[in-house]
Amino acid sequence: MPRVSRAKAGFSVWAGVVFVFLYLPIAVMALFAFNKPSEAALVGFQGTDWCALPPDKIGNVSVWNGFTTCWFSAGLHDPSYVPAIITSAEIAALAAIIATCLGLCAALALARMKTKIRAPFDVLVYLTLVVPEIVVAVASLIFFVQLRNHVPFFPQLGFWTILIGQVVFNASLAMLVIRARFVGMGDTLEEAAYDLGSGPVSTFRQVTFPRLMPAIVASALLSFTFSFDDYVLPAFTNGTTNTWPIVLYSAVRFGITPAVNALATIMLALTAVAVIAVALVLRRSRSRTTSAPDAVGSSLGGMIGF
Amino acid sequence: MTLLSEPKQEKAVGVKRRGRSFKPRYPTWLALPALVYEVIFFLGALGILVAFSFATQTGFSQITYGFSLDQYKAVFDPLYLSIFFRTLMMAAIGTILTVMVGYPVAYWMARYLSTYKLLAVLLIMVPFWTSFLIRTYALKIILDSQGFLAKTFGLDIMYTPIAVGIGLVYNYLPLFVLPVFGSLERMDWTLIEAATDLTARPLRAFWDITFRLTLPGIVTGALLVFIPMTGEYVIPAILSGGKYEFVGNLIGDTFNTAQNPPFGSALAIMLMVALSVFVVIYIAVATKEERFGA
Repeated sequence: MPRVSRAKAGFSVWAGVVFVFLYLPIAVMALFAFNKPSEAALVGFQGTDWCALPPDKIGNVSVWNGFTTCWFSAGLHDPSYVPAIITSAEIAALAAIIATCLGLCAALALARMKTKIRAPFDVLVYLTLVVPEIVVAVASLIFFVQLRNHVPFFPQLGFWTILIGQVVFNASLAMLVIRARFVGMGDTLEEAAYDLGSGPVSTFRQVTFPRLMPAIVASALLSFTFSFDDYVLPAFTNGTTNTWPIVLYSAVRFGITPAVNALATIMLALTAVAVIAVALVLRRSRSRTTSAPDAVGSSLGGMIGF
Repeated sequence: MTLLSEPKQEKAVGVKRRGRSFKPRYPTWLALPALVYEVIFFLGALGILVAFSFATQTGFSQITYGFSLDQYKAVFDPLYLSIFFRTLMMAAIGTILTVMVGYPVAYWMARYLSTYKLLAVLLIMVPFWTSFLIRTYALKIILDSQGFLAKTFGLDIMYTPIAVGIGLVYNYLPLFVLPVFGSLERMDWTLIEAATDLTARPLRAFWDITFRLTLPGIVTGALLVFIPMTGEYVIPAILSGGKYEFVGNLIGDTFNTAQNPPFGSALAIMLMVALSVFVVIYIAVATKEERFGA
């Protein structure tokens, strides 16, 4: 017994260290949203609002100088930050809707198909998930430019090409998540509905769809998050459109102000709320079959033969 | 009442008889939109990438298609090979570190938690649901040579391979912990009890039972983090300050600054080839190991 509790204590300490490792940087980032510009940076500064300092005058933002809340309003009023966040949210919402519809239809058709017919499609889906994103990004860039040159109505690089590129990955992801649930829940209830005289459409509407709902919501949320957070693909296919990750990246590399921390902190709080909502959905779906990350994990595992 | 319900019943019986041979199945054409989409925008894009890698650049943004191996020959320059080697090594080291850091956490969650299990899963997920760039930037604040770690402990590791390694583990840890936690959750802990009752030492019981049974989960989880680590772009760019580029950054540079798409395409193809070779060897070794276990 003491041996067991000693092991337990050891594991608990390690887990504690790892959780600190995961959260300390985020906590420090949030704390530095309240960081005042350094005295040296403020020497020649005339105005009353410290946070109006341009990024190149602000000095090192990784050093703590004192407390201020002005970065929150500076961030919210920045001409490039909030529009970029809105652009990202619009693309992510559209990507989530399109990807989930494509994924749902494919999942329904494929789940009960013979493995041999399904195999090529499966390979294609897994390929879209495992090919490194940078490869997909440059391939999409070349492809979109060629399409623009040769297909009259194809949009130029921007909002729509970012969306088109992101749906590739997200549709595959949605298909796997929804199919895992669809296969997991079996066909007995659908068969029963048919036996009781319900047609294919009303069976889908009244039986299948409601039971798939947790997986549909989960895959839409996953798609939204991946799309919203995505940097590499949009960075190559954006033309002149700026998404939030693109603005962030250039800020981190070429001059950042705590206004970014402030916006990130606001979004972190919103995400925390969203994650709790997702957790509740996942919990409902897991109580019957498997959770979404589990489903993705086991599907990817199934692909490589385990 | 009776008059109304009578024909309904008959109809239901009729449907039932017809439906007996029915297997719930959705029409195959439902898969078409997704299939067409993926073929055009994924395979089409990769196809053009392959075509570009065999093309030659004839002037500024002028491409002549053909079958030239010049771009591939250029990839086999020692300079580029060393970047390929560095990328695969860093991804391998990052994966091993992620396994070493993450497995005990997943084990602790599955074995010792009950009431707070869901909370622990959530806490693992939250960083994963926050922006990748924000997380990397947050790490930069901590690792900065004027920052907290450097000033308090004298650890100035910003812009070194160590910083990149920490960045890899930090960003990909949740992606490993969750699937491994899934396979540990399916573990039957009474097997361990049986083994210890039969006088097995705890470490031996762990090694012979728990580790063997969760090995497929570990192999899958490791692959889940290794593949994106190999294609990583953001972490080396931010945490190494451009000093320890991965192949991904090199590919990006050939498109952004060097304006040499054919060479970038060849690099991208070679990255996929290198990754596939690595993954095939890895799977061969891992499945062999597993067969011994069984």
